Amino acid sequence: MDVVNQLQRQFIDYSASLHREGFLDDQFTQLQKLQDDNSPDFVVEVASLFFEDCEKLINNMARALEQQQGVDFKQVDASVHQLKGSSSSIGAMRVKDVCIAFRSFCEAQNRE
Amino acid sequence: MKLQMTFARYTERTAFERPLTSGVAYAVRVLHSEREQFEKHQGWTIKRMDTLEKNPVHKDDYNPDLFEPSPIQEEYAPVIFAQDIISHVISIDLLSGKEDRENVLRARKSGKGVLTAPFPLLKTNRLGVILTFAVYKRDLPSNATPNERIQATNGYLGGVFDVESLVEKLLQQLASKQKILVNVLDTTNQSYPVSMYGSNASDDGLELVSHLNFGDPFRKHEMRCRFKQKPPWPWLAITTSIGILVIALLVGHIFHATVNRIAKVEDDCHKMMELKKQAEAADVAKSQFLATVSHEIRTPMNGVLGMLHMLMDTDLDVTQLDYVRTAQASGKALVALINEVLDQAKIESGKLELEEVQFDLRAVLDDVLSLFSGKAQDKGVELAVFISDRVPEMLIGDPGRFRQIITNLMGNSIKFTEKGHIHVTVHLVEEVIDSIEVETEFSSNNTLSGFPVADRRQSWKGFRTFSQEGSIHPFSDSINIIVSVEDTGEGIPIEAQSRVFTPFMQVGPSISRTHGGTGIGLSISKCLVNLMKGEIGFVSIPKIGSTFTFTAVFTSGSSSSKEYKSQQINNQTNSVSSEFRGKRALVVDPRSVRAKVSRYHIQRLGIHVEVVSDWKQGLSSISRGSSAFNMVLIEQEVWDQDLNGSAHFIDNLEKIAITTPKVFLLSNSISSSRANTTTSGVCNLTVIPKPLRASMLAASLQRAMGDGNKGNPRNGEVPSLSLRNLLLGRKILIVDDNNVNLKVAAGALRKYGADVVSASRGMEAIELLTPPHRFDACFMDIQMPEMDGFEATRRIRDSEQNINDRIHFGELSVETYNNISNWHVPILAMTADVIQATHEACLRCGMDGYVSKPFEAEQLYREVSRFFH
Repeated sequence: MDVVNQLQRQFIDYSASLHREGFLDDQFTQLQKLQDDNSPDFVVEVASLFFEDCEKLINNMARALEQQQGVDFKQVDASVHQLKGSSSSIGAMRVKDVCIAFRSFCEAQNRE
Repeated sequence: MKLQMTFARYTERTAFERPLTSGVAYAVRVLHSEREQFEKHQGWTIKRMDTLEKNPVHKDDYNPDLFEPSPIQEEYAPVIFAQDIISHVISIDLLSGKEDRENVLRARKSGKGVLTAPFPLLKTNRLGVILTFAVYKRDLPSNATPNERIQATNGYLGGVFDVESLVEKLLQQLASKQKILVNVLDTTNQSYPVSMYGSNASDDGLELVSHLNFGDPFRKHEMRCRFKQKPPWPWLAITTSIGILVIALLVGHIFHATVNRIAKVEDDCHKMMELKKQAEAADVAKSQFLATVSHEIRTPMNGVLGMLHMLMDTDLDVTQLDYVRTAQASGKALVALINEVLDQAKIESGKLELEEVQFDLRAVLDDVLSLFSGKAQDKGVELAVFISDRVPEMLIGDPGRFRQIITNLMGNSIKFTEKGHIHVTVHLVEEVIDSIEVETEFSSNNTLSGFPVADRRQSWKGFRTFSQEGSIHPFSDSINIIVSVEDTGEGIPIEAQSRVFTPFMQVGPSISRTHGGTGIGLSISKCLVNLMKGEIGFVSIPKIGSTFTFTAVFTSGSSSSKEYKSQQINNQTNSVSSEFRGKRALVVDPRSVRAKVSRYHIQRLGIHVEVVSDWKQGLSSISRGSSAFNMVLIEQEVWDQDLNGSAHFIDNLEKIAITTPKVFLLSNSISSSRANTTTSGVCNLTVIPKPLRASMLAASLQRAMGDGNKGNPRNGEVPSLSLRNLLLGRKILIVDDNNVNLKVAAGALRKYGADVVSASRGMEAIELLTPPHRFDACFMDIQMPEMDGFEATRRIRDSEQNINDRIHFGELSVETYNNISNWHVPILAMTADVIQATHEACLRCGMDGYVSKPFEAEQLYREVSRFFH
């Protein structure tokens, strides 16, 4: 039990720090609340989906940005948009913010 | 000789009968023929007196023998008898003296007494008068002729009057005192009055002239009297008259002054009337101004605010939204300012009236709490409200104004407090008076948050309601409550404390810049308190904090309000509260003041509360208790302080208690509380954010203790519960190309009890939503590849329309379509960007509304409630 307690405590601390530093926001807490006896692994499932999605999208974006011929910003933009949506649903605030910034760069067609 | 002696003796003896005469003498008529014989008989010759008259000699030199014998005359009247005093006139012929002669002749002629003019008497040379009577031989009839008389004359009797001594005798009193000067004059000859008596002092001054009648009609005598001395100044008369004059002058002066004064007062009165008219006119003008300003300024302001509100609903980018929000905030601040100023003007002109309606004090405090809870949480200041049990449920008064006062005081506290707590307490005045006597030592650490505060008793020290014990009538209907707002803020500097209630007065000129506000709030509060027949006071220690206290008088609003027993049944229409009646809760909090507040709020729900101050006690209470605790509420501070102990407690809880009570954490700020929530399945730890409010508490408790209803405790306890009502059992389609979003949205809806189906493509959605179907609603993402939300919706609507028409025209039977002839499934757009989904675009394609991604409870509720009831 002590170990469990310890782990719990660590988890609490870690979440707290994540929240504090702005990695996570309220939405994540909402997600945690959605988890109950009916869907015991809800958070885990959502997180997994998110990571899959992220991977896919980032790969897309990387490919698009690496294009020598000319970056298709629209595509990048679309990917980023997707990423933004996902991250805001899960409560990954920082990722979302980065996406927003990314999008403006896309609009400016700024490769850097 | 012998006869002479007899005569003399006789006259001597009878002299008393003739007090005024000096002497009497008798002269006999002797004709010339009888002269010789007579002279021989008498023994002397008849003498004459006129030579002596011509050469009067001094008295002492009087020698009878020096008289010459009388010359031959026709007749003679020698004196033969004389009184001793005038014995010297014996043998003198009376007819020889001028005066005597005339006298004698006249006397015998008239037969009456005759007086001479005053002349110097023979011996004494004093002024004298002789009265002569003629003695007749026989009685004559009264009409006898003078000749007959002459013939019958025997002799002549004469009396000598020494006028001086006569007058002196007569006027003895007056003359002797020498105050009155008397002059007796013979005025027979008018132009030559002969003075008989008295000095010939000049007659200045007043002279009284009176006539004397000695009996001789021939002669006139008069007496002249005058004062010897000039009459003295009539001082009395002068003084009296002067006095009267002065009095008259004074009276006149008084009169004059009175008249003047009346005139002046009347004048002033007129002026006052004028001024009064002017003042009344000014007052009327002021009221008109108030009314005009009230209306004229507020109307356009409301227009501006309304327009801004509508602008917020339109399509705006982030910058524009920011600008609009700022404008709105400014507009609202301006309206608040105008209201404040108008309030002040209304109060000054005495036009402010208080309402009298029934209201629930606790509800008002709850409202104010919710107003400030956000700000307090942001600042990290603990906000707590405590209302005593003895305050009745319903009161009659003006809730709006009461709220205004409390809002003002709490607003001030929030403005100036950065740490610690703000503690609002409401008691009955009687309670406080009772406790004053029993007041325990004021420990500076026994406060809500542990920070020191200004002693609240100082703030009501000067209140009149406490000094007069008898002023509180135990039987009257009025409820006298006392409210304190205690904070641990900056405090008010000593020099500014006296001006605190002055309108437009702020502590420093920079305050309005840093904190906003006009400084009218406290003065309006003071006026409102006075209107409520209360008093307001404060105590403030710089750097420690301030406590403001005020009293107000209300009447009780319900019949059973007088009972001491608490009536804690909160009459909220929310049926949730009845769920908790009879339950038991344990509160773990070392601070008694804070625990009191927590207990108050929990008790409002009908839950029995027990307070312990640490883990050990808590465990012992639980193990000891006869009936189980349904819930344990732990103060965050306690939890944080000793995580070990708290874990230990949680473990033991399950072991000891019969039924595991739900554990709640009472926490000040949301973010840190969320971080503490563990989601391990072992313990259920829900966080209840402070400030505690009955409604929110009930919602949190219900969520935790109800069946599987773990709601979103953010701010929408009402929406969440109602959402549940709305969405329970509904079949809802969610369309989103993003798996994550899909899952999250589905999960969110499922928590409200909806039956969720997911789709990730527009085509799928169209298929699923082609009638007939059993979907109650659809949430459609807009940005999707292949086919976006708008397109999909359009197609769905088209097909719906198609089918509707065909049913209408009878081509299709309505039974096959679930007996619905008018297919229109509510489709709500889900959007992450505000830009994309404009209201118009949604409506144009047939959507019914939009919600944002991720779901926000209030917005969701708002949209969904439009077609689910």
